[in-house]
Amino acid sequence: VQRSPLIPEMATQEVQLNETLAHLKTESETLKSKLEEERAKLHDVELHQVAEKVEGLGQFVMKTRRTLKGHGNKVLCMDWCKDKRRIVSSSQDGKVIVWDAFTTNKEHAVTMPCTWVMACAYAPSGCAVACGGLDNKCSVYPLSLDKNENLAAKKKSVAMHTNYLSACSFTNSDMQILTSSGDGTCALWDVESGQLLQSFHGHAADVLCLDLAPSETGNTFVSGGCDKKANVWDMRSGQCIQSFETHESDINSVRYYPSGDAFASGSDDATCRLYDLRADREVAIYSKESIIFGVSSVDFSLSGRLLFGGYNDYTINVWDVLKGTRVSILFGHENRVSTLRVSPDGTAFSTGSWDHTLRVCDDCYFFIGIKYNQNLCTFNFTPCAPDKPPLSLTATHLPKYSNLKKHIYRST
Amino acid sequence: GRDIIDWLIQKYNVSEEESLHVGGMLVKYGYIYPLKEPRSLVLRPDESPYRFQTPYFWTSTRWPASELDYGNAKNQTEGVRGYSVLHKRINHTWDFVVMQAREQLRASKQRRKADRIVLECQEQAYWLINRPPVRSLLLLCSTVMNQIETSRRALGRNRVKSSICLEGFVKYSEQYLNHDPIMQGCLPSNPWISDDTAHWTMNADMVPTPTRLRVERWSFSFMELLEDSMGRREFMTYLEKEFSAENLCFWQACEDVRHGESSRIVEKVEDIYKNFLAPGAARWVNIDSKTMDKTLEGIRHPHRFVMDDAQMHIYFLMKKDSYPRYLKSDLYKNMLAKAIVPQETKKSVFPFMRRQRHSSPSPAQAATQAEDGQAKGAGQAGTNSAVQLSA
Repeated sequence: VQRSPLIPEMATQEVQLNETLAHLKTESETLKSKLEEERAKLHDVELHQVAEKVEGLGQFVMKTRRTLKGHGNKVLCMDWCKDKRRIVSSSQDGKVIVWDAFTTNKEHAVTMPCTWVMACAYAPSGCAVACGGLDNKCSVYPLSLDKNENLAAKKKSVAMHTNYLSACSFTNSDMQILTSSGDGTCALWDVESGQLLQSFHGHAADVLCLDLAPSETGNTFVSGGCDKKANVWDMRSGQCIQSFETHESDINSVRYYPSGDAFASGSDDATCRLYDLRADREVAIYSKESIIFGVSSVDFSLSGRLLFGGYNDYTINVWDVLKGTRVSILFGHENRVSTLRVSPDGTAFSTGSWDHTLRVCDDCYFFIGIKYNQNLCTFNFTPCAPDKPPLSLTATHLPKYSNLKKHIYRST
Repeated sequence: GRDIIDWLIQKYNVSEEESLHVGGMLVKYGYIYPLKEPRSLVLRPDESPYRFQTPYFWTSTRWPASELDYGNAKNQTEGVRGYSVLHKRINHTWDFVVMQAREQLRASKQRRKADRIVLECQEQAYWLINRPPVRSLLLLCSTVMNQIETSRRALGRNRVKSSICLEGFVKYSEQYLNHDPIMQGCLPSNPWISDDTAHWTMNADMVPTPTRLRVERWSFSFMELLEDSMGRREFMTYLEKEFSAENLCFWQACEDVRHGESSRIVEKVEDIYKNFLAPGAARWVNIDSKTMDKTLEGIRHPHRFVMDDAQMHIYFLMKKDSYPRYLKSDLYKNMLAKAIVPQETKKSVFPFMRRQRHSSPSPAQAATQAEDGQAKGAGQAGTNSAVQLSA
């Protein structure tokens, strides 16, 4: 660590700066307490209270439908294509792969000139992918099906940060990319020219994640960082319009609720939280004493009723967003889950892991017979194959019978 | 200074140059501090007096060695968070200094004068060595100032009562429940479970007849209608009947400016002006005079967001007026009536037989195919893989 050469003027400057910093900090703390007071005044009810009248979900059984093998190292990031079946994923060894997850075929592969490709995104048109990581850049690769074409040759360098790239996302078109970086900033770039359109300053440490709002005016996004803050930004002006600081550790993932009125976050403090943008406050915490490992990635099901969380203890926990309870836990990965996204039409969700694989999962009830046991007041489900375990649930754990019928599939 | 250098030469059997270097580092890191010119952290090979710093103030007792090494592999595998470590360190130092100052003040009254002077020197020396660099301080100041700005703005916001907001979540989940495949399944079957892509085929962008769920969704919000290309097409047909199609065309043209290539912004804005805003334009849109004036002014220096205000005005006009009427119209009602409700796929008797998984044309291929004017059907599964590895 280098020390700057000592000049007497600089020393006085530093003393003054320190005094200023102290004053500023006091002012900031005072304002923050005032803000908390104001927010609390309008908080007249908790989410789970409002949700009391809502029917419970019972337990979901989640099943892996596809396993994508092909990465030689930790999978760090993935994104779905708008066609609802293709996926792009990136890994620690610098490889970026495009899969048709439905057939599990690999369609494209690119080797980046850097390791730790922490961010990747599919372009809305499906014709390109963006990725980056320790190279501090975000590059766009147009996808070509010409077997003789070298994908890397058409690579376009779009974003340049002064530290690692943690996340990237195309906006509504292939023409603009939003990035977040370890240098503490987010930025909006023009893909064609590589020009910086807007930069977003306000995080006090690395920014780890971002998500674009699905709002009517399409002008905001949320970011989360190592400073434990989640900030909502106006893309046009670069201003931070809302800020939330209730997590106790780094925020690894942020995702908007489908209506755009709220967003969820996942953090190293082992909790997921829900923040309502109109109430301007945190409205729910999803946690359990038995869950002590950090959340790496979160996403909502299509209706926003379920929140999926990928955790560092290799599991996926599924939460009932309204009631705050956990409705399912999925094992299967052999190392930490680093990334998780629900498919664009909500038919499945995909996870990427440090165990080098990606999985596509959704729920199922794989039973073909139901018998009601009057003595025990339980529904007994007969599995479709002898090697599968039978299931017995009491009435309180079941969804309505009419809904139950829809859930009965014969599985392979 | 001279003594120190001589001692180092003797102790480590090194040259004067090396001794100066090592000694210089000792001074720089605060283990030895100069009494005259305390701000000049240099080891002078002359009669200048130095003192040993008390171990309490040693750098090594404050910061464990591992944190000082940014380049080490452990940091990298944990995700390279050097900045946050630095930030934490600065905060820690500041707190420490403040605490020290308070304690010292209390204790100082009991000390003898000589001791006090010594203590002051030690402290000053520590502070001079361990101050955060100016640049980091400035960065910290600006970050805190940003936070203050954000807090001030947040205080001025209009907030909505929790009961109203939270009720919104309950309503939304209820409304979309049947559309959530993970919650309710989907018809005819979930492709990931049955290996049958009929669900996707039936809900493709352009189908002759849409599914009922899809048409129902158009009534959930104006945004749902506009985001579905078929919904937008239907709405356009309706607007044409109402002679207000220029509104939707205008909105689409503005979207194109906002999300399109930077290089074509000027050209697109000119087109918009010609077609929609100029007096006597073929498809003149009705915008209030204030917005119109502001937009015309902005068009002189076109940029990506120049049409935003006008676009929003027309958007809300359609949302409040045309959209509700569309939902009540025969056009929509007929669409809903003839929409398909797919039959749930009958499950096969032998669940272990897996269907063949068909591949689909890649969107990338579709783009180039469109140029040739050809459309390819679904190919066979399993054999299509165009894997390219490039360095």
